Amino acid sequence: MPMIEIKNVGKWYGDFNVLADCTTQVEKGEVIVVCGPSGSGKSTLIKCVNGLEPFQKGEILVNGTSVGAPGTNLSRLRSHVGMVFQHFELFPHMSITENLTIGQVKVLGRGKEEARDKGLKLLDRVGLKAHAHKFPGQLSGGQQQRVAIARALAMDPICMLFDEPTSALDPEMINEVLDVMVQLAKEGMTMMCVTHEMGFARKVANRVIFMDHGRIVEDADKDEFFGTPRSDRAQQFLAKILNH
Amino acid sequence: MADWDWQVFCKDTIEGEVIPRCFGGGGDITYLDWMLSAWGWTLSVSLLSLAVAIVFGSLMGILRTTPNRGLVFLGNAWTELFRNIPLLVQIVLWYHVVPAFIPALRGVPSFLLVVAALGLFTSARISEQVRAGIQSLPRGQRMAGLAMGFTLPQTYRFILLPMAFRIIIPPLTSESMNIVKNSSVAFAVSIAELTLFAMQAQEETARGIEIYLAVTGLYFISAFAINRIMHFIEGRVSVPGLIAAGGK
Repeated sequence: MPMIEIKNVGKWYGDFNVLADCTTQVEKGEVIVVCGPSGSGKSTLIKCVNGLEPFQKGEILVNGTSVGAPGTNLSRLRSHVGMVFQHFELFPHMSITENLTIGQVKVLGRGKEEARDKGLKLLDRVGLKAHAHKFPGQLSGGQQQRVAIARALAMDPICMLFDEPTSALDPEMINEVLDVMVQLAKEGMTMMCVTHEMGFARKVANRVIFMDHGRIVEDADKDEFFGTPRSDRAQQFLAKILNH
Repeated sequence: MADWDWQVFCKDTIEGEVIPRCFGGGGDITYLDWMLSAWGWTLSVSLLSLAVAIVFGSLMGILRTTPNRGLVFLGNAWTELFRNIPLLVQIVLWYHVVPAFIPALRGVPSFLLVVAALGLFTSARISEQVRAGIQSLPRGQRMAGLAMGFTLPQTYRFILLPMAFRIIIPPLTSESMNIVKNSSVAFAVSIAELTLFAMQAQEETARGIEIYLAVTGLYFISAFAINRIMHFIEGRVSVPGLIAAGGK
């Protein structure tokens, strides 16, 4: 059974077709990179996976649970699907430690001590142990994003969704975040990443999905995507972003 | 001002005689006693109304930001109802009109009816501020809360409201000060608060200048005290690393 199964998903804003008949899947332990021009629907698709965006047609299964089904306990499903956002979305009024523990305590019901130990261990892993007492507003963008990854990991996710995790970062901070993601991928985490970081895709992705106008235009193995012929649209896109 | 007569406050309210220590005793009261009691009424009306306004205003403001259309409509309707009718008219409505339709309200003291009127009038304004505060937060904050597995109420409780309330402390301060000043319209239904005291005492003593100056001072002190309390709270809950609360 795939970890994430997306079957013929369609979504409309009024008459506008944001997602058209999208079908793909992510196997356990796989790393999938989703790319495409802005407005192609890639962020929308990834937000459909944990039900942050509703969709009108098709079906999405996460670890066998249907996301769109009326009876699904979405909170429960989301609690073990980690998500990292473009703008970090740390909770600004909580210290870094509180950011790392609140979900564990309030959602998973862990004890405060246990949650704290776990949070600090993960903070150490992303290289920010010394900042535990600070507040998000006192950290740089790259540091905030690493905390956000640690926060998602603290919930012991069965898979991770990344929605353009480096697009809001200054160039010099992108690598510190990508390093954490690469490490995570190598440890076998199931990951679905919306990103334009083709270096990251080359290094760790199993497959690359290319989207345009709400459709999955290309869904290929990494080597195939970067090597052999593929759709014109994807070629143009790659030519534009790889030339620099 | 040579012809000011501040001794008016030491006068007995019945005989008009100056009482040595300015406070009456044995059933007699001075104008000073009366004014302090009126100040107490002003503060009671204000603080109780503020409590009503914050509870209903927050609730309605929150409802207006939920994904549920019915709840949004309820919050909107509430807000428009209470902010499109003048306060004085609302007080008279609660006093004369509403009890005519709801017999159970007939025995309710006018003090409580005034608290309801002023509280609900202000709740419409606070509802607007709470809504604005929540909507000023990045949309991703709500998503981040939900994505972590919080239910919608938990997302409000732990993520959205703590920041939204920090952001709206300045307008909430004005609103809290307004409620002290607006409580003066309670004179219209004979609540023995400061404005009613001032009007009656100046008629009885013909010392309107002294009396209105004293009442002005008490209103100022009350409103300014609220201002200082809110300022203290604002400092206590400020978030390190954010220049202004919510500055992102």
